[in-house]
Amino acid sequence: MNLLEVDNLHVQFPTRSGTFDAVRGVSFSLGRERLGIVGESGSGKSLTGRAILRLIKPPGIVTADKISLEGENLLDLSERQMRKVRGQRISMVMQDPKFSLNPVMRVGEQIVEAYSQHTRASRKEAKAKAIEMLEAVSIRDSERVFRAYPHEMSGGMGQRIMIAMMLIPNPQILIADEPTSALDVSVQTQVLSIMDRLVQERGMGLVFISHDLNLVSAFCDRVLIMYGGRVVETCRADQLYNAKHPYTQGLLNSLPRLDTPVNRLQVLQRDDAWMTDNPQLDDKPDDLTQPHISKTDAETP
Amino acid sequence: MTTAAGKPPPTEYRSGWTRGSIKLARVIGSVLVTMLGLLFITFIIGRVMPIDPVISVVGERATKEVYDAAYQEMGLDKPVLVQFFYYLSDVVRGDFGTSYLNGRPVADEIRRVFPATLELATIGTLIGIIFGVPLGMIAAVKRDSWIDQVARVVALVGYSMPIFWLGLVGLLVFYGILGWVGGPGRVGIFYVDIVPPVTGMILIDSALDGQWEIFWDAVSHIVLPASILGYYSLAYISRMTRSFMLEQLNAEYVTTARVKGLSEWTVIWRHAFGNIKVQLITVIALSYAGLLEGSVLTEIIFSWPGIGSYITTALLSADMNAVLGGTVVVGLVFVCLNVLSDLLYSFFDPRAK
Ligand SMILES: Nc1ncnc2c1ncn2[C@@H]1O[C@H](COP(=O)(O)OP(=O)(O)OP(=O)(O)O)[C@@H](O)[C@H]1O
Ligand SMILES: [Mg+2]
Repeated sequence: MNLLEVDNLHVQFPTRSGTFDAVRGVSFSLGRERLGIVGESGSGKSLTGRAILRLIKPPGIVTADKISLEGENLLDLSERQMRKVRGQRISMVMQDPKFSLNPVMRVGEQIVEAYSQHTRASRKEAKAKAIEMLEAVSIRDSERVFRAYPHEMSGGMGQRIMIAMMLIPNPQILIADEPTSALDVSVQTQVLSIMDRLVQERGMGLVFISHDLNLVSAFCDRVLIMYGGRVVETCRADQLYNAKHPYTQGLLNSLPRLDTPVNRLQVLQRDDAWMTDNPQLDDKPDDLTQPHISKTDAETP
Repeated sequence: MTTAAGKPPPTEYRSGWTRGSIKLARVIGSVLVTMLGLLFITFIIGRVMPIDPVISVVGERATKEVYDAAYQEMGLDKPVLVQFFYYLSDVVRGDFGTSYLNGRPVADEIRRVFPATLELATIGTLIGIIFGVPLGMIAAVKRDSWIDQVARVVALVGYSMPIFWLGLVGLLVFYGILGWVGGPGRVGIFYVDIVPPVTGMILIDSALDGQWEIFWDAVSHIVLPASILGYYSLAYISRMTRSFMLEQLNAEYVTTARVKGLSEWTVIWRHAFGNIKVQLITVIALSYAGLLEGSVLTEIIFSWPGIGSYITTALLSADMNAVLGGTVVVGLVFVCLNVLSDLLYSFFDPRAK
């Protein structure tokens, strides 16, 4: 059985000029694997992650046919049951550590808290574990970092602290939202290998959100490509360069490549037709007035 | 000891010390400058007032010789700057001159009335904090719910209700009709001037003296005026708490806390509240300072012998020494509260260090 199955996920925000559909019918499944999600800024990657944890704040509206974790539909859980899922079973590395860490709480305190929430560990054990975790994400002066406040940390340190904090309760699924964007290549490799090991050894499922196509194709097993709130293409990571969808091809063509150098990088072309994948619907008058709303959940395989 | 090793002292150690003393020096400096400015203003006001200070000492029917002698004795023939230094050294020694009204030293009078205001303002502020902060928190967390609406109305009433009306109605209902609280004054008439004044605050003095009967009588007298002031400060504090909280609840780190699976209570109190403490301190200090100026209307309605009614009475009878002395004390309280809230600020916000 798959760890996680997401079926027809929608996230909407009511605005003054009608509802804004930020995520429109996303479906995918996650096994004990590394699933990459790529897509341009604003394509709904982060919201998809948050919606799975049921952390979209009102007035945002989340609907889905199902979001099931090992067969259990998260949408049916009470808030109290959901809290047992968060952190312990599904955890999420938040995108921007600058804003995602509590500025008035020591780093160590924040990591310890993530651990002791789901274990009965003593403070001392929790601290030892937190230090161990900080070292695991290759932070050398872990004792100092433990006592530091977030504003004393660099962006890359923040990301590693975030990763340590979210891995410490040993989740079954980790949603990592651009976890390595501020890290230099050597540290990035190290951090990725930690996540990789958890996937291999403990059968963790990893959702790896990134802008970096090369990284995703090298690191992940499968890739979802999102565009305008929907999944336009799913493929094996090593086949990414053979992707068929015009948006994916556009993305690939706008990447600099060492093997086939080109004089000029291509500019990404966009097509409104990608926003809906059932072209017939576009002809209906009510859809013309609200072009963002599509009634299908079909997904390009 | 470090020079023996030929190395400079550890920088962290050194900079910690220097930073501490620089901070202290800056705080003291700013207090001194502010107070000097205030004293200069009160001095100037004292000079330009169309009240002849000599006449108020010697009386209107004094002879020319007596008048001139007093004029010189008061240093009024000296240059203005010299006079200012006289004034400064008097104030530093706690001498605000004598009241034109009753000839008693102003400093003694202030020592008598200020504790009364301090007592009332402190309890009022405590009430404001104890009820205002949770009310604001609930209103923010349950935004747009009926609780939020109720909190809004409560604060609005607190802002807009005239205090003398509230005081009179309060007295009528709780003292006149129900008899639950004591009437005007700080204690019942039989208890006046029984406990020896140590702090000047009757609640503390009576407790120190073990006079529990008087203590409870004083409590029953302070409840109503303190509640009314507390209501005012509650209105302000709860509104500010709400808006600070709304801002924090939208922050990303709050989502992070939820991702960890923390309970809503922990998310709100440990994380979000931890981030509004600093702003809240400023707000509370401001509202406390406002009450410490002495709320004239409350003090008059409740016959509360505080600094607000003292300064007002002095003002109405052109008793300049009393007015200026009172102003200096109120100013000093303001400056001290500011310093205190600054210190607490750097204590609670790691980024301010
Ligand atoms: N609270 C909100 N209210 C209204 N619109 C929102 C809200 N949160 C997100 N959106 C919109 O939803 C869309 C998707 O946001 P999301 O954060 O998922 O993008 P993303 O794919 O993660 O982008 P990035 O790569 O820049 O992080 C964006 O257009 C964003 O403006
Ligand atoms: Mg994002």
